[in-house]
Amino acid sequence: MTTETAQPGITSTGEPVKVLTVLGALQANLRDYGLLLALILIMLFFQYFTNGVLFKPVNLTNIILQNSYIIVMALGMLLIIVAGHIDLSVGSVSGFVGALAAMLMVGWRFPPELAFLANPFVAGAICIVVGALIGAAQGYLIAYHRIPSFIVTLAGMLIFKGLSLAILAGKSVGPFPAEFQLLSAGFIPDVVGPITLIPPSEGVQPLVLHSTTLVIAIVAILGMVFMAIRGRSRRKARGYESEPFGLFVVKNLVIAALVLFFCYMLASYRGLPNVLVVMGILIALFVFITKRMTFGRRIYALGGNLKAAALSGIKTERLTFYVFAIMGALAALAGMIYAARLNSATPKAGQGLELDVIAAVFIGGASALGGVGAVAGAVIGAFIMGVMNNGMSIMGVNIDWQQMIKGVVLLAAVFFDLYNKNRSA
Amino acid sequence: MTTNTILEMRGITKTFPGVKALSDVNLDVREAEIHAIVGENGAGKSTLMKVLSGVYPSGSYDGQIVYKGEEQHFKSIRDSEHKGIVIIHQELALVPLLSIAENIFLGNEQATAGVIDWDETRDGARKLLGMVGLNEDPDTLITNIGVGKQQLVEIAKALSKEVKLLILDEPTASLSEKDSAALLDLLMEFRKQGITSILISHKLNEVSKVADRITVIRDGRSIETLNKEDITEDRIITLMVGRSLEDRYPARVPQIGDVVFEVKNWSVYHQLHRERQVIKNIGINIRKGEVVGIAGLMGSGRTEFAMSLFGKSYGQRISGEVYLHGKKIDTSTVEKAVAHGIAYATEDRKTYGLNLIDHIKHNTTIANLGGISRVGVIDDMAEMDVANEYRKKTNIRSSSVYQVTGNLSGGNQQKVVLSKWLFSNPDVLILDEPTRGIDVGAKYEIYTIINQLAAQGKAILVISSEMPELLGITDRVYVMNEGRIVGEMPTSEASQEKIMRSIVRAEGKAS
Repeated sequence: MTTETAQPGITSTGEPVKVLTVLGALQANLRDYGLLLALILIMLFFQYFTNGVLFKPVNLTNIILQNSYIIVMALGMLLIIVAGHIDLSVGSVSGFVGALAAMLMVGWRFPPELAFLANPFVAGAICIVVGALIGAAQGYLIAYHRIPSFIVTLAGMLIFKGLSLAILAGKSVGPFPAEFQLLSAGFIPDVVGPITLIPPSEGVQPLVLHSTTLVIAIVAILGMVFMAIRGRSRRKARGYESEPFGLFVVKNLVIAALVLFFCYMLASYRGLPNVLVVMGILIALFVFITKRMTFGRRIYALGGNLKAAALSGIKTERLTFYVFAIMGALAALAGMIYAARLNSATPKAGQGLELDVIAAVFIGGASALGGVGAVAGAVIGAFIMGVMNNGMSIMGVNIDWQQMIKGVVLLAAVFFDLYNKNRSA
Repeated sequence: MTTNTILEMRGITKTFPGVKALSDVNLDVREAEIHAIVGENGAGKSTLMKVLSGVYPSGSYDGQIVYKGEEQHFKSIRDSEHKGIVIIHQELALVPLLSIAENIFLGNEQATAGVIDWDETRDGARKLLGMVGLNEDPDTLITNIGVGKQQLVEIAKALSKEVKLLILDEPTASLSEKDSAALLDLLMEFRKQGITSILISHKLNEVSKVADRITVIRDGRSIETLNKEDITEDRIITLMVGRSLEDRYPARVPQIGDVVFEVKNWSVYHQLHRERQVIKNIGINIRKGEVVGIAGLMGSGRTEFAMSLFGKSYGQRISGEVYLHGKKIDTSTVEKAVAHGIAYATEDRKTYGLNLIDHIKHNTTIANLGGISRVGVIDDMAEMDVANEYRKKTNIRSSSVYQVTGNLSGGNQQKVVLSKWLFSNPDVLILDEPTRGIDVGAKYEIYTIINQLAAQGKAILVISSEMPELLGITDRVYVMNEGRIVGEMPTSEASQEKIMRSIVRAEGKAS
């Protein structure tokens, strides 16, 4: 029997659509890359209005350092928001862990047999574990006792704000050992050796390139292109065509050019900051988790329809618990990056950061209802906020105006996203 | 009966970007008649009613609406309600945590200067509840009454707006036979009082029972309007699907083997009320290649039974044993049940079955991610292959596996739910109301899938409120009433009367 049920807008042939039209592919991609485009436009805007300061190598490096802790936390927050929850405690938790790191390394005087605790690596590991435990404790209450995450983490925010004040006894503690400072202030060593393009002399700006950075950039680009081509040929071999060849080439060229340009700028200053390496590894890991791992897939299913996920055999409680534990560990790492950057732990550290983190995830296209969001979006969202902070500060825009403008941008981003979705639905 | 035309819709054409949902639809409804609109899912019935009630404002469609002799340009639902046209949607629009009285007068509060007169509200509500034959305290919260009664509250709410033309979209889709019959009686009562009703329904037996005239819609066009004397189910079906349908149930030769699945002494207590026993010592068995049905009225505990079996997804203080191939198994979590090869496709696919914001591919694989992954890493290509394979197998109509399931029609959504469970490769499939709210053509396809599964040797349990369906597709039927099995018969010896008799006899004993 061949029934032809009337369904407007749906082809009834049952065959997969093999070739997308160029226009269709462009539209689909525009939505995916719209955010990146917005970031580039914002950067160009500030490049113009800061008289070229924004794109100076030293400033680009600064933007990365200033936003690293936001991005690290945005990765975890993305999972939380996709799972349909929220975490208001991350700012306070990061502040608390920064304080803990400071006390372990410089504040507390350990007896000789416990002195190893003050070792930056040991202390760092302890801090990550403590962060994960804090996240796990909150996650336990949320997942297994079904207390709304808003309330649990609101309480957490207050508790850890108080705790960091308490362990620091209201004072700033620092400075940190040199090894620890490297986390935020260090750059990868130039093992290949610098390339001098313009030697230092009278009246000319010298230009020395950090060649290891360039080597890493080229390797990364080659790897990316290789993966893209492999994926495309695998799809083709199975008869699943995705986008026209021309568009595929242009897209990869543009991204490669952007990466190369960016790394070239960094190389002409001091190379890759250590923290960018950490961030890069984490971003890649979280992209992999969300796109390719069953763990990530289940989080999307959980946020999309909790009941359906549970009836599909997904252990929804355990999954929620893990997501919060991961968030806690990332908040701890962010707290250490922040403390290392300031080179001291202060009682006020981390306060209000949760709002920047949450804003970054929402600007990145995540849905407040859960089930929707992408790591790349959250990272770009964080950079959009970061570039605006940086650009406006250079322009000398007052802090009051900065806040208002950021609020408007958040609203506009979400409004635009919803408008787009409604139109396509 | 007068034969004045109360409503005429002429040449209605409504286009969405890229799609013509309605083209040149004509409908005329006479005063004080029950006019049924039938058609397959996606034929455009709901769109037509949204045009009529102003959900799609005047100007967003072509054509004319003439109501009570005047051309109307409704800009919103408020406009149409103002003229006495009230639409009751399939998904009820009641606020669960407000009382019956509050819901009836929601947006139309009995108030002076914004201050609610509660006596007036309660009295008014009581009067309206009397008119629809609902004997409930107006202060009862909506969440505490059943779906059938909620439907009546919706109608009472419509009456409060001095309705002249009542539009009901699939009003009996989630009602038991008893509640459905009561609702239809009510419509006939309204007809006597001069209220016109437009009834959209899939249930052809109901339609042919109460409707004075029927308009059939297919592919966004009005095909024909039948008068009462011309109405037969076969005729309607022929018009609906555009061809004659010799048999509504595909034929099959059952090949039944040994008992595969057996449940003994199954008892469950209510999710919230610890003392209330919902399932009372039930025992059933299913053989290899057998399709077994559970008949019963709404509220007889069929869904509760199935969900409690499937990973304790319903109820508390669950006791009893489950055997698979003669061995006792543990089904205390969904994961364990699935691992033992049990699958449960829910009756409520939107709430419990699908992630509506995600596409077909992800929904197909979610219950068996292990089947397309290694050490937690998903093989993208394998997933693509699986999704396409099951899309073809279950004949899902979509542009690709990347179509979001929320945009599919009910029948295609149900096929995605089936795909999901087929991919988990179960031995025992529990299908809860597998064809609820889907059209005749898609039903046939689902029956065909069920037959194929039985032919592969799976044990299948079908829960259904539609008795003809159970009689058409099963080999054996259990009858359930108030948490007990009150009858069991081979389908060859069963009939609707016989099933009803077991239920009634059991109720007689219980009281």
